[in-house]
Amino acid sequence: MPTTTLSPRGTTARSTTIALKLLMAVTGLVFVGYLLLHMYGNLKALQGEEAFNSYAEHLRTFGEPMLPYGGLLWIVRVVLLLSIVGHAYAAYTLWSRAGSARRTKYAAVKTAATSQWMRWGGTFLLVFIVWHLLHFTIVKISPNADKQGVDVTANPYKLVVASFEVWWMLLIYIAAMVALFMHLMHGVYSAQQTLGWTSSPKAHARARTIGLVVAALIVVGFLIPPLSIAFGLID
Amino acid sequence: MNLTLKIWRQTGPNDKGGLVTYQVSDISPDMSFLEMLDVLNEELNAKGDEPIAFDSDCREGICGMCGLMISGHAHGPERTTTCQLHMRSFKDGETITVEPWRAEAFPIVRDLVVDRGAFDRIIQSGGYISANTGAAPDAHAAPVPKPNADRAFMAAECIGCGACVAACPNASGMLFMGAKITHLGELPQGQPERDARVVSMVNQHDHEGFGGCTNIGACSQACPKGIPQDVISQLNKDLRTALKHGH
Repeated sequence: MPTTTLSPRGTTARSTTIALKLLMAVTGLVFVGYLLLHMYGNLKALQGEEAFNSYAEHLRTFGEPMLPYGGLLWIVRVVLLLSIVGHAYAAYTLWSRAGSARRTKYAAVKTAATSQWMRWGGTFLLVFIVWHLLHFTIVKISPNADKQGVDVTANPYKLVVASFEVWWMLLIYIAAMVALFMHLMHGVYSAQQTLGWTSSPKAHARARTIGLVVAALIVVGFLIPPLSIAFGLID
Repeated sequence: MNLTLKIWRQTGPNDKGGLVTYQVSDISPDMSFLEMLDVLNEELNAKGDEPIAFDSDCREGICGMCGLMISGHAHGPERTTTCQLHMRSFKDGETITVEPWRAEAFPIVRDLVVDRGAFDRIIQSGGYISANTGAAPDAHAAPVPKPNADRAFMAAECIGCGACVAACPNASGMLFMGAKITHLGELPQGQPERDARVVSMVNQHDHEGFGGCTNIGACSQACPKGIPQDVISQLNKDLRTALKHGH
């Protein structure tokens, strides 16, 4: 709403849209860090069943006896859960703000694709994450008719291989990686801009390059194991 | 040149408004866009119709008064103000859509005229340096390093036309605010009020109903003065610093 008044006194830095953006940037960077670790773990599949499964088991025994079994994993899960709540809350709040900041659309303006990619792409990623967790963590679903049973679903390596031998499963994950690439390319750059690290033209150009490189690195790293399975390089 | 114009007409803030099609002929390519609208208004006057209301003042690209959305581009296809845009930038026979800036924070007054008082209130809330009365200090009493002075001047080029808000998919005023924050933040005189300024200005910006920044960069591309996006990073940095200082 346009006003004719100055904003009420006593407002703080925390009550601004920029503070919401800072929340989005910080939580986004938590995800980037997590994705790099997750990607590293996935690449263990190239070394075979033994390496992959012992890595998965080691994640649970990490920090013992200081931490209980699975302790580190639960700490990571809580941090990720808080991050996704913060990230999505900030995103949807700002999305709705942007909607009410311009109620009458232009007749002749092409909409900026990037912001639509971030919002709808982000929503798609959110749905994908739910599916992904059901698939590999919470329920452990094998979509492969030939490879069923507890000896598949209880064995991380066998479940991964069984899953990516199915073409539609591969397609879902490729689609998610395309969405992730677009999201990270803008998101990593955007986080740097929001944190105020790009206050010169040179730093600004560098931030764009970093966004592209990080997005490409993560997405290529994530695509290697499923594609290797699909093309029969590992089984 | 002969042109078809689709122009937004709206009799007042509460009117629904709509695009109306006009034909103009024998337009010189050397005319400015506003002169072309003047020609159309003369014709409308002669016919006894209401002329199209639009803002303009200096017509030399420095006051920031004019501003139209021309076929989806703020200030038209060139990087300049609407008054400095010439008809040679268009093709003979072209159809041009002319709309006002669209943002809830810039309510439409009439036709293509919007009220940009929201920008004034953002400046009032902190976009200034408080000065004590008395004799002016010597100009060289507060040295300013050349790179800082250059950046302050670059940011101070902002004429407050509102093209950044008009072009932004979120109708955000961050480029405008970033320019002022950078302008004053680069100078020694701007330091005492630096934290309070950014907190106050951003709160006023949000209060006016502008959207948040998604770092798309449409603002910078539309800016007739070419204010770069890094001023928004400066704005974010200043707010983060204020946050750290407990504001």
